Amino acid sequence: MSFQLIERQILTAGKKHDVPEQDPVISTPNVDVYYADKQALDNITLDIPANAVMSLIGPSGCGKTTFLRCLNRMNDLIDICRVEGDIKIDGQDIYAPEVNTVSLRAHVGIVFQRPNPFPKSIFENVAYGLRIHGLTSSKSELADRVEESLRRAGLWEEVNDRLDEPGTGLSGGQQQRLCIARTIAVEPKIILMDEPCSALDPIATARIEELIDEMRANFTIIIVTHSMQQAARVSQHTAFFHMGKLVEHGQTKQIFTSPQDERTESYITGRIG
Amino acid sequence: MTDHFTKMTPELKRRLRNEQWFQWMGRGAIFVAIAFLLVMVSTIASMGVGALRQTHIELSVFLDPQKLDATRLHDADYGRLIKKALRSRFANVTKRRDKRKLYNLVSSQAEYTLRDLVVRSPSLRGQTINIWFTASDDVDMLIKGNIASSTDETQRRIDHREASWINDLISKGQLESRFNSRFFWSGDSREPELAGILSAFVGSLFSLLVCFGLSFPLGIFAAIYLEEFAPKNRWSAFIEVNINNLAAVPSIVFGLLGLAVFLNAFGLPRSSPLVGGMVLALMTLPTIIIASRAALRAVPPSIREAALGIGASPIQTVFHHVAPLALPGMLTGAIVGMARALGETAPLLMIGMVAFVADVPNSIFEPATALPVQIFLWADSPERAFLEKTSAAIIVLLCFLIVMNLAAILLRRKFEQRY
Repeated sequence: MSFQLIERQILTAGKKHDVPEQDPVISTPNVDVYYADKQALDNITLDIPANAVMSLIGPSGCGKTTFLRCLNRMNDLIDICRVEGDIKIDGQDIYAPEVNTVSLRAHVGIVFQRPNPFPKSIFENVAYGLRIHGLTSSKSELADRVEESLRRAGLWEEVNDRLDEPGTGLSGGQQQRLCIARTIAVEPKIILMDEPCSALDPIATARIEELIDEMRANFTIIIVTHSMQQAARVSQHTAFFHMGKLVEHGQTKQIFTSPQDERTESYITGRIG
Repeated sequence: MTDHFTKMTPELKRRLRNEQWFQWMGRGAIFVAIAFLLVMVSTIASMGVGALRQTHIELSVFLDPQKLDATRLHDADYGRLIKKALRSRFANVTKRRDKRKLYNLVSSQAEYTLRDLVVRSPSLRGQTINIWFTASDDVDMLIKGNIASSTDETQRRIDHREASWINDLISKGQLESRFNSRFFWSGDSREPELAGILSAFVGSLFSLLVCFGLSFPLGIFAAIYLEEFAPKNRWSAFIEVNINNLAAVPSIVFGLLGLAVFLNAFGLPRSSPLVGGMVLALMTLPTIIIASRAALRAVPPSIREAALGIGASPIQTVFHHVAPLALPGMLTGAIVGMARALGETAPLLMIGMVAFVADVPNSIFEPATALPVQIFLWADSPERAFLEKTSAAIIVLLCFLIVMNLAAILLRRKFEQRY
């Protein structure tokens, strides 16, 4: 059943490409990123439209994860990382000194490559973000929001009878959906996904991809992926990175059917990467 | 059929032999270690077990109403009543010198035992009562077989005459070996039969409480700051090197520091568990910091990323997620440090906790001594009876240590979380 689902998505992918262009929610005019003296990203200029899925593809070490982590300043954790140029979200420079990373990250959520639920109960995993941001005023409201988030992540039916069991006891795919529920619970506008399916089996992957497609209505999603098929299935826009440079970006259909750059063509046909 | 998997080449044989050699050497090492441990523990136990028993002598004392003023029962001469009781028990002793020996059968504590009894129930005045008194340490040693009869009489603490009195007491059932509760419930004494471990035990307990109360919070907060927040630059590297070096500084140096700073500069009470605990805390601090930093470093970065990624502030990330996961490791470090502090004598000598302390301290400001210091003091005493007290005190110290480690293991189990 799940494999049919994937096929259906591949078949319908073409239709999704025909979304109307909107004002970009994120724009990055001329961003350079350095790790100490080594330049990781060179002059990246990219506009990311709202309520769509953009996939970042490219060979390992090309800088796509670095770029993703610039968007909610997770790169701040790396002492030697330095970002030059503006990254604007809703027109506001997120690297401006007065920007507070706590509210930035509440606005721009992130799902990591390996599922990393907190070693706490399933309920606590989702409730934690709501608690620290003070988003609920009563216990019943908290429980409602947790349930809603788990439903939106497609996990509620599987875990509603064991919410007090540890989140780390779930299967890999369930853990990743728990992480997604945890992220969407705090109502971000943008969700960053760093190869969210690379540690999962095909069935769990299909579940997540289906979920990403549903979430598109409410969130702007940027996903890093190594799987060209996944990029084709879930995204409307694609950006191809190579050796720290943004080689080409545009509508997914166009990138995959008629790439302008030779390197893009080599990569998507499997000759480099 | 092939013999690929059963054929023994010389090379394969050599590898198997090496592995077996290594395993046998490992087992041998463990065996030797256990043997040493058993020898140590059994030696101490066999030497110390005697301290659990104490010889008592029964005397019938006539509470002469003429000697006991009903209004001043506190300062009557009870020693005289006991001497009289001894004289009447052994009526054939007449010489002055022999009488003095006779009086030495019971401990000097006997008159206070009698006084307490009479003060508690004054109605006993005028009666003749049978009371068990603590025997002197020489009698006790004879009963425990620690005075060899082969030794020349002039060299012995108990001569033939005294031995015959003791034999007489035994034959009448007036001499008994009883459980020595005094050892656990009283402080130090110059008389071995009266000496107890409690003041040293309480001193050690207070010192360790002060030490833990200071070094644990200081240590974990220093570790959290250095590991999670401090910028990685030349200063933090310098501090790290210094902390590592402090962990290797001889403990007596900390004692000197305590003497100079806590006693002389701050004027804190000398010999008190407060100062002892502070000095031990200084000594324990580097150990706790190093262990806590290692525990923090062992928390996977994905936990930090997860918390920061949903907008937890760095403080929330550390205190909600990272520190709880590192807590078992921090506790282990703290207990290792505390166990070292418990056995430490040198720094306590410098701040005066080596004094003879007979009273059990009631607070951390009163003079006290510590278990290892008490062991040292008793080991230094000439009386034969202190030998078994020394071993018994070592057993108490080891038990204290075991209880502490057990508590640490239980706490660690309680806080341990999987990630």
